[in-house]
Amino acid sequence: MLHTVNKSPFEHKALESCLKFARQGSAVLLIEDGVYAAARDTAVSPQVQKALHSVTIYALKPDVEARGMQNRVMDGVRLVDYGGFVDLVAEHNAVQSWL
Amino acid sequence: MPIEMDGKTIETDEEGYLANRTDWSEDVAKEMARLDSCELTQNHWEVLNFLREYYDEYQIAPAVRVLTKAIGKKLGADKGNSKYLYELFPYGPAKQACKYAGLPKPTGCV
Amino acid sequence: MTEENAGSVAKRFLYVNRRAPYGTLYALESLEVVLIGAAFEQDVSLAFLGDGVYQLTKGQDTKALEVKNFSPAFRALEDYDVTKLYVEKEALEARGLSESDLVVPVEVVDAERMAEIMEAQDVILSF
Repeated sequence: MLHTVNKSPFEHKALESCLKFARQGSAVLLIEDGVYAAARDTAVSPQVQKALHSVTIYALKPDVEARGMQNRVMDGVRLVDYGGFVDLVAEHNAVQSWL
Repeated sequence: MPIEMDGKTIETDEEGYLANRTDWSEDVAKEMARLDSCELTQNHWEVLNFLREYYDEYQIAPAVRVLTKAIGKKLGADKGNSKYLYELFPYGPAKQACKYAGLPKPTGCV
Repeated sequence: MTEENAGSVAKRFLYVNRRAPYGTLYALESLEVVLIGAAFEQDVSLAFLGDGVYQLTKGQDTKALEVKNFSPAFRALEDYDVTKLYVEKEALEARGLSESDLVVPVEVVDAERMAEIMEAQDVILSF
């Protein structure tokens, strides 16, 4: 399963809910304001770091760059471009969007 | 009204501002001025170049008050005043000059 | 507001920014209203709370996203005589940011001071 999260983890519960239900081996793709969750040394980074033990976390590079977060992405989070987004969708049997 | 120039069509909005900023060239500016029966002198170009630099730096077209003040700082008090700028650009210094400089209409101009 | 000071006296305007840029239109709309409003020569302050602090981060690069990067415009606010920018301390800290990560000089204030600033306004516009 591929999960996408497009809301800031500081203002919404979308990421928290997603991580609660994402099973071992799932992929989580952070897009739009969701990419702020990829930043290191924030109030939510421990939660994301913990999740990295069981799921693969990706962040959409154009959204990361637009928000000036390109030098703050934590180790373990993988950046993908739009092509990578398409590949992730194609690789997984279903996509769940946490809006 | 699109501008026809050298066999090419350059798209503008209904007020004559360029639809695509990348279509701008000095010749486009001259043609826009010609259509308004205005000839661009060195004094006009000082203002147009200033506006283009301002947009590159801040990504906005300055309001007329800001333009006047900033021109004064850069080119001297004899040029940083409404009278001088309105003589150069009788349709309004910010509006008309921004159009020739290929910028969007200044935020706050209605 | 009484009749006597409703005329030529400048009112105190506070723009409260609580949204990250690009994910929604709030941030850009707020900035446009600030720039338009500046023509009226009022006493303008900007507050950045919560995700609003992200509007001011350095290094924003929107080329791949193909939208306009409006963060440079915050540096032009000084030309518009808008110099009072207040940023919520807790919001910066929760996001691992410091003043040096922001595109403009700001005053970092705690929640109590921010509440005082809000209390002192005539008009508050929230985005």
